[in-house]
Amino acid sequence: MTGEPLLRVSNLSKLFGSRIGCTEVSFALWPGEVLAVVGESGSGKTTLLNCVSTRLEPTSGVAEYRMRDENWRNLYDLSEAERRFLMRTDWGFVHQNPADGLRMTVSAGANVGERLMAVGDRHYGRIRSTALDWLNRVEIAGDRIDDEPRGFSGGMRQRLQIARNLVTSPRLVFMDEPTGGLDVSVQARLLDLLRSLVSELGLAAVIVTHDLAVARLLSHRMMVMKDGRVIEAGLTDRVLDDPREPYTQLLVSSILQV
Amino acid sequence: MSFAPIYNFAYLDEQTKRMIRRAILKAIAIPGYQVPFASREMPMPFGWGTGGVQVTAAIIGPEDVLKVIDQGADDTTNAVSIRAFFAKVAKVATTTHTAEAKIIQTRHRIPEKTLGEGQVLVYQVPIPEPLRFLEPRETETRKMHALQEYGLMHVKLYEDIAKHGRIATTYAYPVKVEGRYVMDPSPTPKFDNPKMHMSEALQLFGAGREKRIYAVPPHTAVVSLDFEDHPFEIQHFIEPCALCAATGVYLDEVILDDHGGHMFVCSDTDNCEERRDAGHRGKLAGHSLEAAE
Repeated sequence: MTGEPLLRVSNLSKLFGSRIGCTEVSFALWPGEVLAVVGESGSGKTTLLNCVSTRLEPTSGVAEYRMRDENWRNLYDLSEAERRFLMRTDWGFVHQNPADGLRMTVSAGANVGERLMAVGDRHYGRIRSTALDWLNRVEIAGDRIDDEPRGFSGGMRQRLQIARNLVTSPRLVFMDEPTGGLDVSVQARLLDLLRSLVSELGLAAVIVTHDLAVARLLSHRMMVMKDGRVIEAGLTDRVLDDPREPYTQLLVSSILQV
Repeated sequence: MSFAPIYNFAYLDEQTKRMIRRAILKAIAIPGYQVPFASREMPMPFGWGTGGVQVTAAIIGPEDVLKVIDQGADDTTNAVSIRAFFAKVAKVATTTHTAEAKIIQTRHRIPEKTLGEGQVLVYQVPIPEPLRFLEPRETETRKMHALQEYGLMHVKLYEDIAKHGRIATTYAYPVKVEGRYVMDPSPTPKFDNPKMHMSEALQLFGAGREKRIYAVPPHTAVVSLDFEDHPFEIQHFIEPCALCAATGVYLDEVILDDHGGHMFVCSDTDNCEERRDAGHRGKLAGHSLEAAE
């Protein structure tokens, strides 16, 4: 990776009373780079993701983001209006449970079009053709455009959620266990789709997962978390093939072989 | 010995009226913004116009002339009883003539006759929040108003077009007030939306159950939301009013028999009566009694 990073996180900590959510986490993310955060449940992955994506306010630390105008801004100094604008234009957030990220009672087309309307697009025909194009790209049949996601399968819902997030061409996407709760063949298809979209669009992404296979397939670099701390970080292949920390070795050796 | 209850002028006590007036002043200062107020129990159920009645009670004076309409009509239950209520507790003069009224309390219509300077239109509002059915969280809708995040309103209109081929919302059609707040005009037909724009009259909205008051001051821009390729349109009627032959007014369909017979008549009864008095006759108007003798 060359040039300036997109996101710089330094010494980020989130405490819940005396309990540690995550502590002293620092990393940088470059444009087009996919960073996986792995670790067992309770290790602070999701807390970290929520802090970096400004859904949670950290106890201490700084996260700086290079805005589209090339200015570096501390995310926690942004006004709420700026933050919400950033979240629906330059960022995406893919939830583990698609129902959290979708409007289940409006059609697939409106779900994809919502962000466009939020940034001021007022041309129905254009919104609809963009939505159709995106449904196509995430392999949802065009004739489902007027159906509500309530009638969609888990895999389709997840793909719809991805389309809804990517329609404004964000530069950074956060994903919280994007393949959680899907069966393996659907997972494989989704991973395939994510991988091609990420490389096609040059997206930077932070992916939280407990599934090392997901990290291997999607990410360039990864961080291993335990008890709220990052215990090992590096290139994905290096960490998975040559884990240094005992805990990482345990994690890697715990993968079930078929 | 008299058991007649002794009410303060216009039913509410003076402190309550002050509180409501303060909310009204704030609402006028911020057009389209929903001002919370301490809504009182009224001697009628929620949904029957408790918000409108409180607003009217707070602004009415002994010299004012009151008109009350329900779906455009002066003679329906809601209109008759609210008119009688104020005649009793405020001893004000009442009228059915739009032009003579100083305060017009309305449920679901704006009179056909253009309102003028000095007149006040008080709307009864069931659900003041235009985003309610799209976003159930009140904390979130307030934030959306504060940050002018109104994309969601267009999601609703998008859904309309996707499902029906056109914007099928016919009443409570969302409007933007003075380029800032998106407002629910109460369940008036969208036919009436253009009348709100730059009106000379003061428009006050009271929602009793939801405890909100909002306002559109005179000469305020009120624009109905739409898409560039699906512009806002009001309802059009093919037939004129069957009683007064009026065109370009809002008509109600009345079923006449079990064989599909029906007629379209003015929803604004006052406008219809005045037109008939002026000699206009629709196809079902019949003859006057004197002529029949």
